[in-house]
Amino acid sequence: MITWRALMQPHRIVLMALFIGMIIWCAVALRWDWIPQYAPLAIQGLWRTIWILVVTTVLGFLLAIPLGLAQAVGPWYLSAPARIFCTVIRGTPLLLQIWLLYYGLGSLFPQIPWIRGSELWPYLRQAWPYAVLALTLSYAGYEGEVMRGAFSGVNKGQLEAANAFGMPRFTMFRRIWLPQAIRNVLPTLGGETILQLKATPLVATITVVEIYSVSSRVRSDTFIVYEPLLLLAVFYMIIAGIITLMFRRIEKQVPGR
Amino acid sequence: MATADSIAATMQSPDTQDEAICVTDLHKSFGALEVLKGLSLTAHKGDVVAIIGGSGSGKSTFLRCINFLETPTSGQIVVSGEEIQMRPDGSPANRRQIERVRTRLGMVFQAFNLWTHRTLLENVIEVPVYVLKVPRAEAIENAKVLLDRVGLGEKADTFPAFLSGGQQQRAAIARALAVDPSVMLFDEPTSALDPELVGEVLNVIRDLAAEGRTMLLVTHEMKFAREVATHVVYLFEGRIEEQGPPAELFGNPKSARLKQFLKTVG
Repeated sequence: MITWRALMQPHRIVLMALFIGMIIWCAVALRWDWIPQYAPLAIQGLWRTIWILVVTTVLGFLLAIPLGLAQAVGPWYLSAPARIFCTVIRGTPLLLQIWLLYYGLGSLFPQIPWIRGSELWPYLRQAWPYAVLALTLSYAGYEGEVMRGAFSGVNKGQLEAANAFGMPRFTMFRRIWLPQAIRNVLPTLGGETILQLKATPLVATITVVEIYSVSSRVRSDTFIVYEPLLLLAVFYMIIAGIITLMFRRIEKQVPGR
Repeated sequence: MATADSIAATMQSPDTQDEAICVTDLHKSFGALEVLKGLSLTAHKGDVVAIIGGSGSGKSTFLRCINFLETPTSGQIVVSGEEIQMRPDGSPANRRQIERVRTRLGMVFQAFNLWTHRTLLENVIEVPVYVLKVPRAEAIENAKVLLDRVGLGEKADTFPAFLSGGQQQRAAIARALAVDPSVMLFDEPTSALDPELVGEVLNVIRDLAAEGRTMLLVTHEMKFAREVATHVVYLFEGRIEEQGPPAELFGNPKSARLKQFLKTVG
């Protein structure tokens, strides 16, 4: 922990004073009168950013497990498609993937009568399913590669011990292999989740209203450019901070090898 | 399952009933290199068989073939009267049978191989709870007794990374004991330990030998082998060069190679 005495060093006092001064200057000199009007929209946008992040990382990770496993130990007819998928996802810009899905699938679906008639149609007409799909696939592609390394990186002796005690293969996977693989890449996953957070503004380009698009709205309505972006940066930093803390907590629960 | 059990039951003739492990003409090749060249060995219940030999003599491979961590090339392996079904290439024919037989063979590794993401207690209850389906409370109770027995009762909630090699190996022995194995397999259990930690592990094994546990022990500790083993096997280049009671084998070795070996290891 940082002690009071350590904080009271002259250079630290100067830096803190500068920082506080900057915040006060921001609060006084910049325009914030637009906030009350846009607060409800901002909260909605923030909420949407967060759930898109949570849903796509969870689904993406669930997809990444078979992708990684197939590449690490799968037969060629599973590992080859998995490898191709990860290569394509990692090799193309996310913005392009979002547009390809939205403008591609999004314009293909209306031409297929049974899709138009299905119960899913009210959802498929909206933009967010394509945003969620694209972000999920993207996260799966990157994490599939991470999990490939994670699975092959688990100490062989750990698996051998499970084998030697007659553990059935699925039990071994669930109880030993997967937990160890995940534990080994937790720091990486934390970083990747923050990257995923910062990829979410891209879905604003297909009309999904999340927190970034709210700041754009403020800009185009009021011609106030700088202040919404500043506040936006603070929001992203807070979410990233929460993600970091959450991963640090999980990492702490299981000490290293 | 039922059929495999009944096959095993019919194979149990009276004179082999106290055989814990019976290996016949076991061969193992890694590619062109033949590591085991027709090994046969029988261990009866209560036997402590020490397997000694130089580096590369095949002693570890032999032990690992018994529970099929290595796939033998050919041969026959019978564990507690149950012959392990093998394909012509030596690979196990029936995965369920292998898994079942393995739960009766408590293995202790040179590198401990405790599951690092679980505490000692969790390590010890893992196989009883998730493989043998013992009720959790019962498994925990039993695990505590076993950890106490190897002197680690206080460390039950500690992760392996925080323990010394000797403590980890004792915990690994407790983990093997938790399945109440009919045979214990020790693969050089003290070779990865600092010299001052060897004694505490050997003490635990000595206790097990004294209570009549059937054990196969690959070891470099000649003094210890002489003291606890009921039968010693000396391997040389994948063959049994000489075997017999420890007093005879160490006191009056017949083979020139064994004499040479005992001289070099002191």
